[in-house]
Amino acid sequence: MATGHALLGLLEGGPRHGYELKRAYDERFGHDRPLHYGQVYSTLARLLRDGLVEVDGVEPGGGPERKRYAITAAGVIDVDQWLARPENPELYLHSTLYAKVVLALLTGRSAAAVLDAQRAAHMESMRQLTRRKQGGDLADQLICDHALFHLEADLRWLELTTARLAELGGQVRS
Amino acid sequence: MTATEPSTVDSVGDELIVADGLHRSFGATPALAGASITLRAGEVLAVMGPSGSGKSTLLHCMAGILRPDAGSVVYGGVPLHSLSDGRRSQLRRTDFGFVFQFGQLVPELTALQNVALPLRLAGEKRRGAEARARGWLDRLEVADVAGKRPGDMSGGEGQRVAVARALVGGPRVIFADEPTGSLDSLNGERVMQLLVATAKQARAAVVLVTHEPRVAAYADREVIVRDGRTR
Repeated sequence: MATGHALLGLLEGGPRHGYELKRAYDERFGHDRPLHYGQVYSTLARLLRDGLVEVDGVEPGGGPERKRYAITAAGVIDVDQWLARPENPELYLHSTLYAKVVLALLTGRSAAAVLDAQRAAHMESMRQLTRRKQGGDLADQLICDHALFHLEADLRWLELTTARLAELGGQVRS
Repeated sequence: MTATEPSTVDSVGDELIVADGLHRSFGATPALAGASITLRAGEVLAVMGPSGSGKSTLLHCMAGILRPDAGSVVYGGVPLHSLSDGRRSQLRRTDFGFVFQFGQLVPELTALQNVALPLRLAGEKRRGAEARARGWLDRLEVADVAGKRPGDMSGGEGQRVAVARALVGGPRVIFADEPTGSLDSLNGERVMQLLVATAKQARAAVVLVTHEPRVAAYADREVIVRDGRTR
């Protein structure tokens, strides 16, 4: 999953210290793989260098943990573009897709539009595989079928999530 | 051509059916709530959506089987519901073909007689109708069941016979509502391959209602129906 984009999205709710960001990230997305502090600060350093975040305030003392970070206008545009851009349909996308949906809901963007764009990208991949399968030998057909069944599982998840957006939105914002 | 006859639509890509702002309720239950869709000549269009989303109602309105409460369906330049019931029924026999999930073949007739039926109803003589029907059974790879009745065929064979019957009259549009819904994966796939390939050869457009992405992937594009609206 794109950690940088997730942190940027979390910063849209207001400036935070690195350790607050880590806590928010772990709570939302890090059940299986919580972030290391080193990863948080190296990601923030990169976002700072790229002008996507800025230092909003520094408490007395040294070290990155004293800084509070805020998202910049360029950072907001970057999150916009990330959410609008469908992921390449590939296996086991769920963590990235889930993060996109949650962040869209958290930041008041259209989560339905995120899901629709992804569904369209998945369907286009399925059309390409179906065409390839029709012209291929049996081995090719079986390889394509494997991918098609996995993409179909993703699509079922997208449909189910779409049906549960209102409920999820309520939980995410509470 | 009279004012009540659809204009000729020959080139692939022309708008063949334009349904706009369709509303349709069953009692107090709304099935369509402002659905719009355009079918172009020669294309295979999948209509997808969850159960109860209104996709079958949309198909029935597009085919002139159901009259929408509001909105319009224009086929070949003519509003479908401006036609008399008789003219609309005739249109469904001459210009449209139908494939449903099951139960569409006449159980007392053989596969050959089932496929020949639309031609016989249009006044064609038995020998000629059955010769053409046999040709279509051959193209759908079920020539060997020509003498069997539906109860003696497998589900996959029955659906291929149904596709042959839908195509035998040279329709411009095939309406297929969950055509593989009662079949296993392998048979469903073969029916889809044959349906799409033969429809393309015959230059017929296909409206394919399905909730299965793998079936919809045979289409050129898809439209999603959700809560009676198209997206």
